Amino acid sequence: MTTKTARAIDRFREAAAAEGLLDVAYASADSPFGPLLLAATPRGLVRIGLPNQDSEALLEELAAKVSPRVLEAPAQLDQARRELDRYFAGGLRQFELPLDWSLSHGFRLRVLEGIATIPYGETRTYTEVATGAGNPRAVRAAGSACGSNPIPLVVPCHRVLRQSGALGGYAGGLEMKESLLELEAERAQT
Amino acid sequence: MRTLPPFQTLLDRYADDVLGLLRGAVGRADAEDAFQETFLAALRAYPRLQDGRNLRGWLLTIAHRKAIDHHRARGRRPLPVAEVEAVIEASAEPLDGPGLDDGLWEAVAALPPKQRAAVTLRFGSDLPHAEIAAALGCSPEAARRSLHEGLTKLRKELA
Repeated sequence: MTTKTARAIDRFREAAAAEGLLDVAYASADSPFGPLLLAATPRGLVRIGLPNQDSEALLEELAAKVSPRVLEAPAQLDQARRELDRYFAGGLRQFELPLDWSLSHGFRLRVLEGIATIPYGETRTYTEVATGAGNPRAVRAAGSACGSNPIPLVVPCHRVLRQSGALGGYAGGLEMKESLLELEAERAQT
Repeated sequence: MRTLPPFQTLLDRYADDVLGLLRGAVGRADAEDAFQETFLAALRAYPRLQDGRNLRGWLLTIAHRKAIDHHRARGRRPLPVAEVEAVIEASAEPLDGPGLDDGLWEAVAALPPKQRAAVTLRFGSDLPHAEIAAALGCSPEAARRSLHEGLTKLRKELA
């Protein structure tokens, strides 16, 4: 792609944003674990792709489920990027950016909304999370809701563990889950 | 129905083609504005697009319509010569006959709109006749005829 084309695309992106045509804006962001993919609708952050996840597949999923008007537009993700940077540096304990929950429904949505309220540095069990969502016996379903969390990190599904204290699962890999919990435990004491 | 790819892939794959077509059709100075109009129109219409199989042809069709709008709005103007050389060099079937001199672009610009469009789409964007027809809103035979008439006129002008 030529620089002229790149410049024309930059201008187009601004015009599309001004016209309210950015149904899904996305950008990548650095993290200590590797590049994240951030995606937002006009309502708020809708999806975070973890470093081990396939960005292309994720964008295609957004095109199918939200809108095919999916465009790379880093400026739209500035707040998300800033908050995540501060979170990884240990300076942010509660995300404030608006979220778009439209990828989650029903019981899964209730599970994830509950998880969003688990305080920094604390953990819950899958059973507690299932109970909070109104069905104490749906422990497995709660686990799978965590596994399909569209907005990991910001909706802190890494704070949900097994009853035994074992890590359970994590879409970004168990190492990442463990590191996040360590970071938070360390900072929570200060 | 197959789902449409993220719009960003259209930019990544075809932005160069669209800008190239528009440079040939409206000139370097106005190509960027026409590029904006083309992609904004495409983005507006995209979720309603029924058939995502030929996205390149779809975009180039929109680009071509924007170029026609542009000519209608501003009237015909002479265009820089260097553009045409790039267009012709990039073409799959270069015009035979005279060399790429100063007269060629003026001759292309002086063609009647349909012939000029057919020539630009065929040689600037490398579109097959069927897609030129779709872009011009005419039958493939009519597109072929416009292209033929345009080329004949060019050869005569430049002989």
